[in-house]
Amino acid sequence: MDLATILQLFDSSLRLATPLLFACLAGLFSERAGIFDIGLEGKILASAFAAGAFAAVTGSAMLGLCAGLVASIMMSLIHGLASITFQGNQIISGVAINFLASGLTALIGQNWFHQGGQTPPLSGSGRFQSLTWPLAEKLNSLPVIGPIYKELISGHNILVYVALLCVPVTWWVLFRTRFGLRLRAVGENPGAVDTAGISVTRLRYQAVIICGILCGLAGVYLSTAMAAGFGREMSAGRGFIALAALIFAKWKPVPALFTCLLFGFLEAVAIRYQSIDLGFGTVPVQFMQALPYILTVVILAGFVGKAIPPKAGGRPYVKER
Amino acid sequence: MNVLPKWVDIILIPLINLLLALIVAGIVVIFIGENPVEAMRLLIVGALGSSYGIGFTLFYATSFVFTGLAVAVAFHASLFNIGGEGQAGIAGLGVAIVALNLDHTHWLLVFPLAIIAAALFGAAWAAIPAYLQAKRGSHIVITTIMFNYIASALLIYLLVNQLKVEGAMAPETRRFAEGAHLPFMHEMMGWIGLSMTKTPMNISFIWALMCCVGVWLLIWRTRLGYEIRAFGQSEPAARYAGISPTKIIMIAMLISGALAGMMALNVVVGGFSQKLVNDPIQGAGFVGIAVALMGRSHPVGVLLAAILFGVLYQGGAELAFEMPSISREMILVIQALVILFTGALENMVRGPVTRLFLSLRRGAI
Repeated sequence: MDLATILQLFDSSLRLATPLLFACLAGLFSERAGIFDIGLEGKILASAFAAGAFAAVTGSAMLGLCAGLVASIMMSLIHGLASITFQGNQIISGVAINFLASGLTALIGQNWFHQGGQTPPLSGSGRFQSLTWPLAEKLNSLPVIGPIYKELISGHNILVYVALLCVPVTWWVLFRTRFGLRLRAVGENPGAVDTAGISVTRLRYQAVIICGILCGLAGVYLSTAMAAGFGREMSAGRGFIALAALIFAKWKPVPALFTCLLFGFLEAVAIRYQSIDLGFGTVPVQFMQALPYILTVVILAGFVGKAIPPKAGGRPYVKER
Repeated sequence: MNVLPKWVDIILIPLINLLLALIVAGIVVIFIGENPVEAMRLLIVGALGSSYGIGFTLFYATSFVFTGLAVAVAFHASLFNIGGEGQAGIAGLGVAIVALNLDHTHWLLVFPLAIIAAALFGAAWAAIPAYLQAKRGSHIVITTIMFNYIASALLIYLLVNQLKVEGAMAPETRRFAEGAHLPFMHEMMGWIGLSMTKTPMNISFIWALMCCVGVWLLIWRTRLGYEIRAFGQSEPAARYAGISPTKIIMIAMLISGALAGMMALNVVVGGFSQKLVNDPIQGAGFVGIAVALMGRSHPVGVLLAAILFGVLYQGGAELAFEMPSISREMILVIQALVILFTGALENMVRGPVTRLFLSLRRGAI
């Protein structure tokens, strides 16, 4: 395997990790505030559709982005309404959101564009184009560093850099601001937060909306940056892989980055090689695809370090009885 | 504590929830530019207007009874088994293995063995998440989701590399010979001299009804069922009463997995396909969640809700045919709305209804 192949592999790992990273950080905000969210998948799908559709109609990727964010936040608010205001079961609400997004995107897509649920292909300003960093071509002649700079660091679209930037921002917000402290507290002991005179409802809604924005970015990335247009079920389980990554990363932002890069790498390898020959046997592509889930089960089982979710996660907060 | 009469709890509130779901679905239909009343009529006529429609409706309902019972049994132990999809998929593998090896014999031999295989394979796939929940405290919702994906990858791998017909493109097994075909309902009707249109409805439907009775007996007429319910109501109380949480979690999940697995009978050796295909379950595992919620985890409720979803699936297909602007995915939207209103937003209806009854009662005194 030469340098160029390795670079291509890392390059596509980064591209594939981006939506996972957005969704994983989205889940992180929500679950840290005590709202379990298995509806990440549905929000990504809704946003991908809205972004693809509006970018196709208006020809502007930015308007697509706005539409995607609105769609995802709407889904988040349904989840918030069910799990915060009406103290319903958060798992059930998440399941409903996944179905709702899956059904509505196909139904409206078919009705709107008559292309079997797809949106028209995007081109030009309808997509987020890759940015070429200064001197990328000139430095390319340098050995090793040149190609790394050109292939790996430069040449991605803006959303990839935004996703990477979200990691330190999330860390800073969660662990260095008053809002972050309260957010984490509300996921561990909402009673204490309430006693301090801070509204649990308000904080949890804020968390759910942040979750919607980040899931929205994941969806926008899928349909207007990674692909050129929306295709049916294009989220393809990424919301659940992100959920797996969140657990694997033990609800922490920096490990989330590395987990998403790892899962992105696994996907990149699975796409590039149909099966991998290890000399003593071959690893089938299906095993590579299942590996994120298997790893998560192993982590959940607590055999390799224990993953402990936020204490108040999944339980609605009831102020008084 | 519970101020509502029983009929309000088990009939009125689910009906209001269903009505709300249908109203929102109707708004979606209006948004698309069609008449919701006409759409509803087409849906009901398509599902119940002919013996052809009814046969298909009950064929779908058969699958949903199994997956609904699976979710319901787990609910009684306050466990959320979201892995019906994977358990049924793996059970499909077990059923296919029985059918591929014994399809030169007779269905009277294949049927009981396929039931056993479906139950064993389904239960086995539920066993690991159950063990991890019982012993390691891993959240069963997450592990069963992960196992759905692992099951789907495993199934594709086996179909592509082991079970596929030599030289064929499609990842599916060969078609089973006559000996593995379960009798269709129209054939069974023929035995007693009645005629019925040819539909995929088959003897699994009768087995599903028997499973409903079995689950009712188990949950409300046995010591184990009592222990499951006690554990589901309050784990500390159950523990104090000498009930082992590990035992209950394992048994409830094994039964749940076995029931979900039984769904594979209906689609692998029961219906028209008569082979194991890629993704044989087609989301029926998830429909089970809606069915169990709607049916209040009671076998009678599950049966009724399963038939309701059978109507939606068959009627939705006919509707998509008659009104091309409403594609088949409308079913998913309605399903989502039913789950949302009966499950997640339940308190939205329950609160006002409770207040209404309280004020009525105060008025009566």
